[in-house]
Amino acid sequence: MPPLLFISSLRKTFVAPDGAKRTIVDVPEFALDAGQQVAVRGESGSGKTTFLHLIAGILAADAGSIRIGERDMAALNEHARDRLRAESIGYIFQTFNLLQGYTCLENVMLGMAFGRGADRAHAAAMLERVGLSHRLRDRPRQLSTGQQQRVAVARALASRPRLVLADEPTGNLDHRNARESLALIRETCRENGAALLLVSHDPGVLGAFEHVHDFAEINRAMKEAAS
Amino acid sequence: MTLLLILRRSLRQHALSTTITALSIALAGGLLMSVWVVKEQSQTAFTQVNTGFDAVLGARGSKLQLVLNAIFHLEASPGNLEAKDYEFIRRHPAVKRAIPIAVGDNLRGYRIVGTVPELFTDVEYAPGKKFSFAVGKLFNPAANEAVVGSFVARKLGLRVGDVFHPFHGLTYDEQNQHAETYRVTGVLAPSGTPADKVVWIPLNGLQTMSGHDARAADELSAVLIQLRSPSAGFMLDLMYNKQGNRLTFAYPIGAIMAELFGKIGWFDKVLTLIAYLVALVSAAGVLVAIYNSMAARRRDIAILRALGAGRGLLFGAIVLEAATIGAIGMIAAFGVYLAIATAVAAVIRAQTGVLLDPFARNAIMLWAPLGMIALCALCGLLPAWKAYRTDVAENLAPVS
Repeated sequence: MPPLLFISSLRKTFVAPDGAKRTIVDVPEFALDAGQQVAVRGESGSGKTTFLHLIAGILAADAGSIRIGERDMAALNEHARDRLRAESIGYIFQTFNLLQGYTCLENVMLGMAFGRGADRAHAAAMLERVGLSHRLRDRPRQLSTGQQQRVAVARALASRPRLVLADEPTGNLDHRNARESLALIRETCRENGAALLLVSHDPGVLGAFEHVHDFAEINRAMKEAAS
Repeated sequence: MTLLLILRRSLRQHALSTTITALSIALAGGLLMSVWVVKEQSQTAFTQVNTGFDAVLGARGSKLQLVLNAIFHLEASPGNLEAKDYEFIRRHPAVKRAIPIAVGDNLRGYRIVGTVPELFTDVEYAPGKKFSFAVGKLFNPAANEAVVGSFVARKLGLRVGDVFHPFHGLTYDEQNQHAETYRVTGVLAPSGTPADKVVWIPLNGLQTMSGHDARAADELSAVLIQLRSPSAGFMLDLMYNKQGNRLTFAYPIGAIMAELFGKIGWFDKVLTLIAYLVALVSAAGVLVAIYNSMAARRRDIAILRALGAGRGLLFGAIVLEAATIGAIGMIAAFGVYLAIATAVAAVIRAQTGVLLDPFARNAIMLWAPLGMIALCALCGLLPAWKAYRTDVAENLAPVS
């Protein structure tokens, strides 16, 4: 069975303010099976977020291939990347990136609105799953940090994605909330049959995963920069 | 549905600037519609209101002054004409009806006009409409009795049976009170014509009022004329204005009033231009309000894009938001319009007796809102373009 996510020869270069070209991501190969949960260890500034943005199609790759199921994210135009992201990928951010002007329920509904379409009942069920059925009409700022993270998890999984990307999802949480939040992310991904690719530099988080990759090993650009 | 949710939340998030911008649209739109409607309606009213007469005969002078004085009860009389002139025109075969009037007195600022009962019994001030009485009856031409226009009755609180002293002159001066007293026998039903703001008394009463020149007791201020045919008007125009040099024959009344509007047309244009400019400035306010909030919106836009929203959708959401602010503003503009138009109509009514109807249908009620909404949408294009170009990755900080 082919992997859900298969990356080959992925490359992303930025132009620095001094005009010099800097390659941030250079991944010869990376694969993730359907339903698999993998953590990637990497320090701040190592290009982890850029790597996830490329997978999510938020950034366009300069070269290479990012196959998600049958489709190659790197070969799609922006509109098609938006569609594929909306339909197949859930994204959990370090700062949650909740829309402060919207209620928790609306935030979760927007998580599915651009893909399969908003479903109020499903959004409410997702919030109930993360233990926030009593906060549907509240705004994110009315919630604790841990609760906000749970809304973010519900939103990422609301569209029933095949792949969930989590970028330092526990970076803003205290130890107890981080542990609970991580467990919730992993459980809900499992329940929804979604693969999880999580990047973190927190040993406590990484220790919970069976499969942990070192981003420096995946990303050749880091090796070149270090040498 | 998603677009509407984004729109609703965005308007709510920026409620203060939305409200202020919509209010400025409301004021601009209300002003634009008021200027337009008042201009159109007053032109129509002043050129069509002739209180049932085709022409006015008066002393030598300006036709416009004659019409304003005899029909609209504004301006001073250009002078008097003799009884024989009235007799001549009354008997002229081209003339269907001639109603003499005399002016020169007032009741606390409202003009007292002397005339004959036929004005109320025979004349149709508009097709199929004769003056009627709200209460009371017509004066006895041989008695010191008066019929009061509806507007004057309301303003001065006059009722049937009330007795008053006329005041000399067209402007009110309490020192110039005449000795005679007049008793109100009737109050006219509102006609929407200048007759509403007049106190009508018998012709003879005004002519022979104490203090008036006894030698001019049979003179008249003007004769209101109904012609048997339009061609008769041109014939009399030739006779009085071209061949004669003693009297003025003002005909046709509508054309003379149209000439007045032609002369003050520049004022209309300036007023309309100002209204357009105000509309333009307030629409630009939409641009400024949304554009200035773009920095605060950038993160939300980036989040929505990360969730899969396309650039086009967010571009459309901003344009729709601008148009919606315009629409909200234009709904409120109808309130502003009604307030302005009603106030202006009341002033015009008080000054001229001419009735404007702020509730009457006018094409501007359709195209002003549509135009304003379109203009606001146009002003939304620039911030929408900024939203379109928002860099998602850059605005999804922090980067690890």
